[in-house]
Amino acid sequence: MSSEWTIFLNFINMAVLASTPLLLATLGEILTEKSGNLNLGVEGMMFMGAIASLGAAYYYEKAVLGLGGTPSPVMATLVAVAAAAAAGGLGALIYAFLVVTLRANQNVTGLTLTIFGTGFANFFGELIGKQAGGFVQVSAPTKAMFGIINFGALSDIPVLGSLLFRYNWMVYFGLVVMLAMAFFLNRSRSGLNLRAVGENPATADAAGVNVTRYKYVATITGGALCGLGGMFISMSSTACAGVWVHNSVNGYGWLAVALVIFATWNPSRAWLCGLVFGGLLVVRNYYPIPGLPMQIYAMFPYIATILVLVFASIRQIKEHAQPASCGMNYFREER
Amino acid sequence: MENNPSPARAVQNAVEMRNITKTFGSVVANDKVCLMLRQGEILALLGENGSGKTTLMNMLSGIYLQDSGEILICNKPVTIRSPKDAYALGIGMIHQHFKLVDVLTAGENIVLGLQGKRTLNRREINQKVRQIAQKYGFEIDPTKKVYNMAVSEKQTVEIIKALYRGAETLILDEPTAVLTPQETTKLFDVLRMMKAHGKSIIIITHKLNEVMEISDRVAILRKGEYIATVETAATTQQDLTEMMVGRRVKLEIDRPACARGERKLHVTDLTCVSREGVTKLSGVNFDAFGGEILGVAGVAGSGQKELCEAITGLRQLAGGSILYRYQKDAMTIEENIAGMRADQIAHRGVSLAFVPEDRLGMGLVANMNIVDNVILRSYQENRGILINRKKYRPICEKMIKDLDIVTPGLTTPVRRLSGGNVQKVLLGREILSLPQVLLCAYPVRGLDIVSSYRIYSLLNAEKEKGNAVIFIGEDLDVLMDLCDRVMVLCGGQVSGIVDPRTCTKEEIGLMMTRVGDGREGERA
Repeated sequence: MSSEWTIFLNFINMAVLASTPLLLATLGEILTEKSGNLNLGVEGMMFMGAIASLGAAYYYEKAVLGLGGTPSPVMATLVAVAAAAAAGGLGALIYAFLVVTLRANQNVTGLTLTIFGTGFANFFGELIGKQAGGFVQVSAPTKAMFGIINFGALSDIPVLGSLLFRYNWMVYFGLVVMLAMAFFLNRSRSGLNLRAVGENPATADAAGVNVTRYKYVATITGGALCGLGGMFISMSSTACAGVWVHNSVNGYGWLAVALVIFATWNPSRAWLCGLVFGGLLVVRNYYPIPGLPMQIYAMFPYIATILVLVFASIRQIKEHAQPASCGMNYFREER
Repeated sequence: MENNPSPARAVQNAVEMRNITKTFGSVVANDKVCLMLRQGEILALLGENGSGKTTLMNMLSGIYLQDSGEILICNKPVTIRSPKDAYALGIGMIHQHFKLVDVLTAGENIVLGLQGKRTLNRREINQKVRQIAQKYGFEIDPTKKVYNMAVSEKQTVEIIKALYRGAETLILDEPTAVLTPQETTKLFDVLRMMKAHGKSIIIITHKLNEVMEISDRVAILRKGEYIATVETAATTQQDLTEMMVGRRVKLEIDRPACARGERKLHVTDLTCVSREGVTKLSGVNFDAFGGEILGVAGVAGSGQKELCEAITGLRQLAGGSILYRYQKDAMTIEENIAGMRADQIAHRGVSLAFVPEDRLGMGLVANMNIVDNVILRSYQENRGILINRKKYRPICEKMIKDLDIVTPGLTTPVRRLSGGNVQKVLLGREILSLPQVLLCAYPVRGLDIVSSYRIYSLLNAEKEKGNAVIFIGEDLDVLMDLCDRVMVLCGGQVSGIVDPRTCTKEEIGLMMTRVGDGREGERA
């Protein structure tokens, strides 16, 4: 294989990896917005998921070692997944309680959640790190669980093998979530009800849909997905890989919020759009343009975000627009 | 629940409401209201705006829960906490503002919220929808998206939605407000067909001729209180009005004879194209004269809104001219106002009292009080950077007095006012600016009889002053009684300008539905 090919394949691999946390968070936010809740706390929930997964895996290992056993990497992974989903879900629960039950302003609540989550993660990241004597990290076997899976012969197939079988489990998990969500929204009864709740809660309510329950369940599930996106960053990304890095999520949540618009609230498109953004995030490592400073490269995803927002506001097709009631709270007896 | 009551059986009450009371804050919407609906009858629920008709029905359909009183369905006491409970009891309500999700298809809207298999079988659903449509004589395409539908189609979806859920009792909230006479006839045929199939129907309305035409009995509410229930056959429109209003009301609309003044507006070849490239108005020609009310009739969405906006400069024209003749400093000026800015046109005396579907959307700022809303219209006369409220307060007080606007005070936000009073503020403000051409779109939409007549007399007063009034309306009876000429729009084209004194309602109705070139394209 020529070296250009190798570079290209590596680039695709890295783009897919970089896109996975974005995909998970984007899917979470799509689900949330489909219920009419514009949760701007994606960044915060990702942060919460990131620290919770790392911390939970770390304490699990520490506890088992303390009892004299050998920590199982599979158990550590499960604990991390559960903790990430729970932490993201908890953030979303706070949000849902404030917004759905107490009818607080959605924008302010979401922004607050972002600030809260960022502070929460950095505080506990530093605290656990200090107690661990410098920095917190999980054991090598657990790290390996979040590394690239060895598919044996499959991974060795030329081109196809490196294109399809050189990822960690979360990449495939993201794909499964994407397909499941596409099916749920378009083919299932509950998905139809959820879309109606986000479009026109009064109508859904009159049709007998439990608006409050749908909003809560969708928002919390969405938050859990954001939390898992955060876990990818702290456990799988090359920058962290099982070590707590200060401010590790660093704007990914906001990219996800923009990606929701780019993907026109469509899960399958979220996967494609996520890939484009993932590519923009890593392109500097593979196709450097001589003389172009790294900082310019680093701006690419954000410039793309601005362009996406501009184009999205020009092009308005009903089916591809934000759910009509998104950002507004619903109160049945309002008149 | 009984599905097929045999005729031999004693008449059973489909619904009975006893001493229902509902309050919102300090407002009593329903005060010990009683209502009885027999099985297989059509009951008209009659009352003015704010008389609590919709509130009462919302309690039956589970939107609100009553504060006190009880509801019996088929003689059994029930508690209806949610719309779901209502459906389970066989009650379906067709709301005045349709409760449909725009981006979903008719079929999807119909099955929304229903229990069933986890996955959707769209083919099966659409099949069942077509069956129901056939049984009662509806026309519907279950795969059509709601946002592509005309108003009457949306209403059909709503009714089928209720029937699909097995509704035995149907409540229709002002179903004819948005329909043409032909569509109304069709709807009434369907209602009679449903009655023949043993369904019980409550129809909320304040149109007396329809009450007489369709109902078996009439229940009357006034200011939240129950007045009486009477057999339709044993009553007259005049009696019903008296019970509804509480005093004698003259039912004829005045059309004072005025000499036709000079031509104020001369519109030629007016054409408008929407942002999506759809032709909204094409080749519209008409004149408006002083001392005359020109009515504009048409099915909703036939270009009425665009016409208003084009004349007042709120919308860009694709072609045509609007010659406007007006008096200024004892001189008569005639100029083409097409393409001028909205404020320039308003400054020359063309005033728009546009009453959109939601009255507070385009006309007034809901959270501001009357004074501020009046200032808003004439803010340019204000010099300096500060607002001079003092100057406007007496003007507003006079307006409140002249137009009988019911408001707790000048500082009350207009959103707290009832619909009729909001509309009076809107119209009163436009009249304050001394317009020479007054455009008003749907000024009596949703208003009760007394308020409507007040608005008619305001318009007549403008006409008698020698100004030109353009009245865009939806109730053909009113248009024909009030206006001196009626222009009929269909699909953005003028299908004719007629003299209502010499023309029949059916003729106008036909002109409204005459299929032009633009119409098909717009609905597709």
